[in-house]
Amino acid sequence: MPGLAQMPLGFVARYAGLFGVQVRMSTLAAMQYRVDFVVRGLIAFFWSALTLIPLLVVFGVRKQVAGWSFGEALVVVGWFTLLRAVLEGAVSPSLTAVVEHVRKGTLDFVLLKPADAQFLVSTAKLEPWRVVDVVGAVVVFCYAFATLGRWPSPAQVATGLVFLALAVLILYSIWILVVSAAFWVVKVDNLSYLFGSLFDVGRWPIDVLRGVWRGTLALAFTFLFPTALMTTYPALALLGRLDARTAVLALGGGIVFAVIARRVWRRALAMYTSASS
Amino acid sequence: MSAVNAAPPRPGFATELASAVRAFPTLLRIGVAEVVAYRAEFLVWILTTNMPLVMLALWHAVAADGPVGRFDQAQFTAYYLGVLVVRLATSNWMAWQMSMEIRDGTLSAKLLRPIHPLYAFAADHLSAIPMRILVVSPIVAAMIATSWDRLARHDPSLVVVLLASLVGAWLLTFFSMVILGSVAFYVDSAMGVFELWIGLHGLFSGYLIPLEVLEGWLGGWVGKLAAVLPFRFMLAFPVETLVGLLSPAEALRQLAAQWLYVALTGVLAVRVWRAGVRRFAAFGG
Repeated sequence: MPGLAQMPLGFVARYAGLFGVQVRMSTLAAMQYRVDFVVRGLIAFFWSALTLIPLLVVFGVRKQVAGWSFGEALVVVGWFTLLRAVLEGAVSPSLTAVVEHVRKGTLDFVLLKPADAQFLVSTAKLEPWRVVDVVGAVVVFCYAFATLGRWPSPAQVATGLVFLALAVLILYSIWILVVSAAFWVVKVDNLSYLFGSLFDVGRWPIDVLRGVWRGTLALAFTFLFPTALMTTYPALALLGRLDARTAVLALGGGIVFAVIARRVWRRALAMYTSASS
Repeated sequence: MSAVNAAPPRPGFATELASAVRAFPTLLRIGVAEVVAYRAEFLVWILTTNMPLVMLALWHAVAADGPVGRFDQAQFTAYYLGVLVVRLATSNWMAWQMSMEIRDGTLSAKLLRPIHPLYAFAADHLSAIPMRILVVSPIVAAMIATSWDRLARHDPSLVVVLLASLVGAWLLTFFSMVILGSVAFYVDSAMGVFELWIGLHGLFSGYLIPLEVLEGWLGGWVGKLAAVLPFRFMLAFPVETLVGLLSPAEALRQLAAQWLYVALTGVLAVRVWRAGVRRFAAFGG
């Protein structure tokens, strides 16, 4: 596989085409179970609404928490909802499938295909009904900015979108790291639950955690398991409260994360010995 | 289907119970061995219960400038540590296990054994308790260190109620999980229903927010609902007793309500299970 720098245009087009095919397959598969499709969409919506309740209760008691007003905290929730849609709709199902492949030894069939294995396994399965969550996120954003009484400038929206890309990249990288562990320890389905529960922290602005253990917890969720980078920083960007230096540092950190993840995946793949028979 | 039809005629409840009692020590030993063998997974599973700590951090930030109702920072600490302890001691993944065994047919093996599967499931979960106590002990230590004065220890009647409420919470959770897991007899993918359950439980059991703080919210109807639904008796009630939020009289009243729910769900669980097994058509196996 060629490096990023010498990536020819034909190569990109080929992978874009492949991606289209994978999306179509997943959508067709999901549409087969129409009732399930609708029910799960509804549940996703209900679930999003339910996760808002702690926030509503907290801001029913106080006007401000850790320097965040209700509207500002809602922007964080918006990012969280959006990212969870990406996580549970696109990242998580595919990578759970990889773990299954590794356990059963059927990863052979993927490796034999004439395309990058990481790409193939990462796009293998999508859950289109998570689109409901994306709609939910947009509604939350609109409501949040209506509450704040001002709307983000185009520049702020642009920064926000850059951070969205970064957040997806980080999310995906951590997942790849988790899945790579499957090559060594095989059973990692519990790790995915742990991942989900840690990701849940991203629902709150990171400043909420600053009071715990002199801020160690906040640091851990900024650098070690960067939920802050995924939700708080994009929210700050959208609110125009993020300074340029922090933004650049965050972007750099995210890219380093992705490179490490790719390296680990290659190492892990080299370990794969096919468990079939 | 064949597995069920081939089984001998159902023995009476007394004989069934007697054989279960005889088999229980062995079942428990197997269960403990299993937990020890998969200790890493068990630990990771336990670590996923971190939500109370996040909520604790959040409420600490909220209560930094004055208490919320009866809850100041120290009270929140006691409450959420209590939630962790009770939750880790009484939680249960039975519904997931059942739906998996029903779907892939491994339930047939359990049905063939001369012991009711529900006893086997119960033994499975009871045997995890020693390991759970081990995991919970540092949290209990933290609780004693931070909130010793608040804990229900001055009044012996409260201690008795606490112990009874823990047993009740375990049973109530177990029976509701059986009812929930039985959904898998009827629907192919019951995961959606489970998700719904987790959501309702999180809100109405006091897992996310102390019910007292929730009470005044939205004109109070959420609080009223929480008071009648069974969820509070799975978690909030033992926790509130533990951290001394309930008067002895109130605790006793709630204990009666809890055990009423235990009896109700117990009867319902057995009925639903029986009806479900009749539909069970061992896939694969």
